Amino acid sequence: MTPAHTQEAHRTSMGLDSRKMAFWAFIGSECLLFGSLISTYLVYKGRSLTGPFPHEILNIPFTSFSTFDLLMSSLAMVLALAAVQRGDMKQGKLWLLVTALLGLVFLGGQFWEFSHFVHEGLGLTTNLFGSTFYVLTGTHGAHVTVGVIWLLTLWVQALRGKLGPANAMTVEITGLYWHFVDVVWIVIFTVVYLIQ
Amino acid sequence: MKSWLTTTDHKRIGLLYFWTAFAFFLIGGLEALIIRAQLARPDGGLGVSAETFNQLFTMHGTTMVFLALMPLSAAFFNFIIPLQIGARDVAFPRLNAFSYWAFLLGGLFLNASFIAGPLFGADRLSVAPDAGWFGYANLTSRQFSPGPNVDFWLLGLQILGIASLAAGFNFIVTILNMRAPGMRMLRLPPFTWMTLITQFLVITAFPVITVALVLLMFDRFFGTHFFVPQGGGDPILWQHLFWMFGHPEVYILILPAMGIISEVLPTFSQKPLFGYTVVVYSGVVIAFLGWSVWSHHMFSTGLGPIADSVFAGTTMLIAIPTGVKIFNWIGTLWGGQIRFTTSLLFAVGFIAMFIIGGLSGVSHAAAPSDLQQTDTYYVVAHLHYVLFGGTILGLFAGMYYWWPKMTGRMLSESLGKVHFWLTMIGMNLAFFPMHFSGLLGMPRRIYTYSSDLGVAGFNLASTIGAFLIGLATLVFFWNLLRTRWQPITAPSNPWGGATLEWAIPSPPPVYNFTVIPTVESRMPLWHTERHAPMPALPERPPAPIHVPGGSWWPMITATGLPILAIAAISRTLPLVFVGAAVLIVGIYRWAYEPFEM
Repeated sequence: MTPAHTQEAHRTSMGLDSRKMAFWAFIGSECLLFGSLISTYLVYKGRSLTGPFPHEILNIPFTSFSTFDLLMSSLAMVLALAAVQRGDMKQGKLWLLVTALLGLVFLGGQFWEFSHFVHEGLGLTTNLFGSTFYVLTGTHGAHVTVGVIWLLTLWVQALRGKLGPANAMTVEITGLYWHFVDVVWIVIFTVVYLIQ
Repeated sequence: MKSWLTTTDHKRIGLLYFWTAFAFFLIGGLEALIIRAQLARPDGGLGVSAETFNQLFTMHGTTMVFLALMPLSAAFFNFIIPLQIGARDVAFPRLNAFSYWAFLLGGLFLNASFIAGPLFGADRLSVAPDAGWFGYANLTSRQFSPGPNVDFWLLGLQILGIASLAAGFNFIVTILNMRAPGMRMLRLPPFTWMTLITQFLVITAFPVITVALVLLMFDRFFGTHFFVPQGGGDPILWQHLFWMFGHPEVYILILPAMGIISEVLPTFSQKPLFGYTVVVYSGVVIAFLGWSVWSHHMFSTGLGPIADSVFAGTTMLIAIPTGVKIFNWIGTLWGGQIRFTTSLLFAVGFIAMFIIGGLSGVSHAAAPSDLQQTDTYYVVAHLHYVLFGGTILGLFAGMYYWWPKMTGRMLSESLGKVHFWLTMIGMNLAFFPMHFSGLLGMPRRIYTYSSDLGVAGFNLASTIGAFLIGLATLVFFWNLLRTRWQPITAPSNPWGGATLEWAIPSPPPVYNFTVIPTVESRMPLWHTERHAPMPALPERPPAPIHVPGGSWWPMITATGLPILAIAAISRTLPLVFVGAAVLIVGIYRWAYEPFEM
């Protein structure tokens, strides 16, 4: 999106880019979305009538690897933004792609985890654990998917030479989204996997 | 035509919001009149069936909340806010257009349920939602509602939620970031302040109902048990999620109206708003407290004495900032040189009626008395005193106040006064007797009642009152329509208002301000102790002002949402891909089209 008054973008009342401010508001809104989903998970914790139950099925070592992968993608995102800001588009392209690929690895892990769970007998409708687990982590996975598509879009733009330091704000906002999705995962990992 | 479909001008979008919401307001009102006609007499009334009656009260509530009151407020946000803060448009003009189209399409989708029956093999024309506007579980479960009725409701509300969220982000950024030089936060007009607070409530409350609706969607479409006791689910969780949204929602409905009358009262008393900062901070406090009271809608579910006490206490606390505002409004009138225009009459009507609604609200806050009132007509009386006596009277005050600015044409004051008195008599005749019929034991949401209950007289009075409101609304509609044939003659400042929207012609030129004004006081057009009125703006722009040319993509992107909803409700997988493709193409073309302001 182009802010109104592009020529006045540096003269906003709060001194903050309008798109960035809108994005912070969006992230605030998303906190309530994930907050409601996590609350639902917690309310229904231990209330499943039939198995499989969380402790029988959750694979902490595997998901720790996924979590590490997502954390590293945030690092790559930081490097991508820094490179674009200083005009080093060669590095910028590289790190944008790395961020997207690490996101894809996370999604692959989630796909494997979901199909493994279904194989073990935990479907969406099996019990409350299955329903709350799939809806919560699935919503997060959908957010990661959007992020990956967004990052790949920027990468393609960069390949076509249409992304440069002038668009650093676009990359910064993408980064805000990406880091937010990462932080949400840290909370989900803690609440769902670590504190059973 | 094309210029309206592609418009990104906040003023045109404001008018689109106004006429669309007003049409839905008439539809919702018609539903109310059928309800009242049915209840005029006991023992069967007009012969409306229970099924139809359920659809009527569900659609009446849903329509009035989401398709009439919120978007009528949005009409003023759109038209007035950029003018009040001295901006040329909102921060994201295309996102603004997207909000409008999503709202329109969501409203049409929801109302299409009235004629969609044959498409779903139903034996009747209408498959409108029928589980009440708060859609309690497990009335909404597939087991008890196998038809598409509730699907229309939950999908339609999700589309409307997206529209509201997009507008919420847009107006927060607009108000915080697009202010004219010198327009500090505590110089913002009170309507702008209340809008800002409202939008923060929108962006925090709507995600919660989105989650509730998504969980319900999973229950109905994919067989999960979030709200189904047989699978371990808890129907009470729905109530918590719904009211966690639903109570902030009532402040989303009332705060803009409070903002409007905080503009109208000073103008027609020729006095500054009494205790401006206290009014502003009271609005902030109301919004904060509004998040901590949701369970007062659920006393009868048996939350236990501690939860009941806490929520009764927080609810009563809200009466304090609200009472503060009421005293400030009265203080504004006190000693002023009052001009009894229609707009002022509606604003004063707001204060009086809102006090009645507020007092019955406090009686709900006391948990023991609420147990007597829950699900009776007493609650219906309360909510109509705050939403009709409050929000709608406030919106009418705003319509008479800002119509000249929006169209350049004056509304008739004599018709306006007929409208006002018919409305006041009608609403009190309609809603006041409901206190009695409710306390005498008449439950809400029943399609008929026995003459043995002894409430027939009260119900007949309510029905007569409702039809008087209908008549009053027709007078207002006529008043609006007749301005279409008038010449554009409204002066730039017909009421002697103090805020920036009155510094420019009526209707404003497409660029709003010939030069962006510099603001030095809270009432820039008034002579105050410390400030002379702002000098008049030049009649012609000293330098050419670039006006953006509009865009198709907001409307096209918004079209993807109802396509997805139709795909879901008709279980048509290929349509999912069509809807998703429209959304994705729309977003990409939107993001990469040249659009410079």
